[in-house]
Amino acid sequence: MKKRTFLGAGGALVMSFSMRAAETTKAQPQNLGEVPVQRAKLPGSLEQEPMLDAWIRIGADNSVTVLTGKVELGQGIKTALLQVAAEELMVNPARITLITADTGATPNEGYTAGSASMADSGTALLNAGAQVRAILLNLAAARLNTAVAQLSVQDGVISAPGGQRVTYGALVQDGTLHLRAEAKSPLRESRLHTVIGKPMRRVDIPAKVIGQPIYVQDFRPPGMVHARVMRAPSYTAHLQGFDASLEKSLPGVLKIVRNGSHVAVIAEREYQAVKAVRALAKTAKWEERAELPMPADIYTHLEGLPAQRRIIVEREPGPAGGRTIEATYRRPYQMHASIGPSCAVGLSKDGIVTIWTHSQGVYPLRGAIAEMLALPPERVRCIHMEGSGCYGHNGADDVAADAALIASAFPGRPVKVQWMREEEHMWEPYGSAMIGKVTARLGDAGEVLDWRYEVRSGSHLTRPGGRAGNLAPAWQLDPPFQMPEPKPLPQPAGGGDRNAIPYYTFPTSQVIHHFIPAMPIRVSALRALGAYLNIFAIESFTDELAIAAKVDPVEFRLRNLGDPRAREVVQLAAQRFGWSDFKRQPGRGRGFAFARYKNFAGYAAIAIEVDVQRDTGRIHVLRAVAAVDSGEAVNPDGIRNQIEGGIIQSLSWTQFEAVSHDRTRITSVDWGGYPIMRFSSVPERIDVHIVSRLGQPFLGTGEMAQGPASAALANAVADASGVRLRDIPFTPQRVKSAIAV
Amino acid sequence: MITLSVNDTVHQVDAEPDTPLLYVLRDHLQLNGAKYGCGLGQCGACTVVIDGEAVFSCITPISLLPGRRITTLEGLGTPEKPGVVQAAFIEKQAAQCGFCIPGMIMRAEALLQRNSTPTEAQIRSHMESNLCRCGTHGRILRAVSQAVNGRKGST
Repeated sequence: MKKRTFLGAGGALVMSFSMRAAETTKAQPQNLGEVPVQRAKLPGSLEQEPMLDAWIRIGADNSVTVLTGKVELGQGIKTALLQVAAEELMVNPARITLITADTGATPNEGYTAGSASMADSGTALLNAGAQVRAILLNLAAARLNTAVAQLSVQDGVISAPGGQRVTYGALVQDGTLHLRAEAKSPLRESRLHTVIGKPMRRVDIPAKVIGQPIYVQDFRPPGMVHARVMRAPSYTAHLQGFDASLEKSLPGVLKIVRNGSHVAVIAEREYQAVKAVRALAKTAKWEERAELPMPADIYTHLEGLPAQRRIIVEREPGPAGGRTIEATYRRPYQMHASIGPSCAVGLSKDGIVTIWTHSQGVYPLRGAIAEMLALPPERVRCIHMEGSGCYGHNGADDVAADAALIASAFPGRPVKVQWMREEEHMWEPYGSAMIGKVTARLGDAGEVLDWRYEVRSGSHLTRPGGRAGNLAPAWQLDPPFQMPEPKPLPQPAGGGDRNAIPYYTFPTSQVIHHFIPAMPIRVSALRALGAYLNIFAIESFTDELAIAAKVDPVEFRLRNLGDPRAREVVQLAAQRFGWSDFKRQPGRGRGFAFARYKNFAGYAAIAIEVDVQRDTGRIHVLRAVAAVDSGEAVNPDGIRNQIEGGIIQSLSWTQFEAVSHDRTRITSVDWGGYPIMRFSSVPERIDVHIVSRLGQPFLGTGEMAQGPASAALANAVADASGVRLRDIPFTPQRVKSAIAV
Repeated sequence: MITLSVNDTVHQVDAEPDTPLLYVLRDHLQLNGAKYGCGLGQCGACTVVIDGEAVFSCITPISLLPGRRITTLEGLGTPEKPGVVQAAFIEKQAAQCGFCIPGMIMRAEALLQRNSTPTEAQIRSHMESNLCRCGTHGRILRAVSQAVNGRKGST
């Protein structure tokens, strides 16, 4: 039998591209959520869905409904989108009903990913809101027999100077808003904003702290039954047999559903399903193959895998001379590691399959499920409900596929499928292991004469994309679906090469992305994609050069930054940290890092102070100070929350996390085998300073802290201990042995 | 049938005695506060308070619980009248995805029932057994501190 890799039937292509960097900046509109639509005629996602009433509806009772194709992942997007719509519509945000992604109701905005929701949906709603308001004001002017300029608006009620009033609802009839959006909108001036940029409490938090049923895990439609899947113990395990007669004897079991190696138990009660699947698993015989790389050799293995050699920058080398310095940085496979394992509810009824899912992309998921079930897409509906934070492509889409398969075999009653902890840890697609190598020449005056970079990585995008083969349960079916060959995400957003090009003004003569299509371990989008390792490498190496040049690291960065917005966050973070009057203490150090996410989105500069215990190798992060520029800030505390969380998550990745496996199975299947940061390791203090750019485009926030935080940590550890760590994670053992050398 | 006291209400529950409390709370009693996170007592998402102690409901069989006083997130407050700790989490905006937050609140509740004036170090140490993946830890700690002050203010 053919050895499975992730994958691509064609697998081993070795290709060489030679493109000028300038050409690669032309990204194709692809609605992956990773890249904002380029050269669009209409603002944001209006380019994909131009009808105003697809986004905004007003009822005769003056109710306001706003629709978005993006979803709440815990990043606070619902609140920020409500603020944007409320501002331009001039309606109290508390009065707006917001409907998020549902293939039966909302625009298709691809995935909620890539920190692109504000640029995509925020921009669409900002402009749609302004255009709807203008339409309504024109109607009101005619109705009240006055000029638009004479009218004022208060919470959806338009008033004329004489005191006549008319509500939005009274002006709207069927079809009034069924108009194509225009390219230009009468946007409100930023300095007059009353909702955008003002503090607004997250609308989703009260329900979460009270325990109201808002997660798909809490969803219990009438008649619902519970299912568990007898998951294969390794990627390519093939089910030889199991005792199907248990269906009759196990308490509460309604049905065992089998298709190939995909077996599920349906029971009336949830714990009956858990016990039943455990009993069933004890009788199962699996054929497994030892085909994972040697655990100690994952980077050697990565170097040996067939790769497409994609040249993303090729220019004349910088001035000759100087000394050559080089270094290699590596990250292992790392997990999304959601606190709540993935869950979905499926219902097959009257020829329609409905899935309630916490997927990041209901439309691409619908396409994949439709192909898997051999149904036309219009017979499948995917409705988003919140789940546990996902941080990228976790098990959400796969469990939705489970629910679709099981519900189809058990029509009429809703079926909830809940993954167990070990299923999530084992089967979620990880962030790819990566290797980044920098070579630079440094001149006598501390100037960078030339910079070259190579990054080697698996795919960061094996999301459903309308293809059943991207759903892990579909690989278990008889006949199985094959995983389609992953394609690299193009620059300027990039995937493995995201942020592989330095944002500095020094000469960068070459950047190469070795894209590995077929991986031995399942990989996909983990928050920030390749930017995490690339920024770790670039910003660690920038410090190494600054040290070699005997220049202060902040000063070194400023010498090589041209963009005034970049300079401002660097200066602000340094100032608020107290960089210039930092007091040295034994065992302590400070580190700095900067990046502009994707080189076209948000700016983040982070300074970190650490204490390194030389005897134990334990790193304690004392404090972090961040300065960020996300364009015009819509919800400042929402931005702060995302940056604080991004820093902590990145510190957890960088200090603690690596997937472990043997030759056959993933072995990090719980929190014991895959430790993440706990309270005792959390920085004592994190301060986030926001530079809001009034009237500037929304740049997004969710993924811009992860890269800089990792490098700031490495730089601080080097400063504190004299030891340069280039291999993630910085476990105490690794730190200790590096110090001992 | 097993008799359980949950949030000061007595329930007759038709479940096997080895059923973990978490499944009875969620599936039988339709209480959403306690969350399934690991089923192994490693993450704290399922934390409830039993006789004043923070307990992992995912590994506590109901056979141990007759006669014990079980409190879940729902026992602390309502949307109209959130409990002191819940109100502090809203005040400090101490949630991102929020999935770990009910467990965090219940663990903090157990601490505050026992010690009305914990230090920041005691709070941090007490919360160690609960995991958060969004990185909301700083806000969670500030919310618990705020709840300490809120309780002081209310007594």
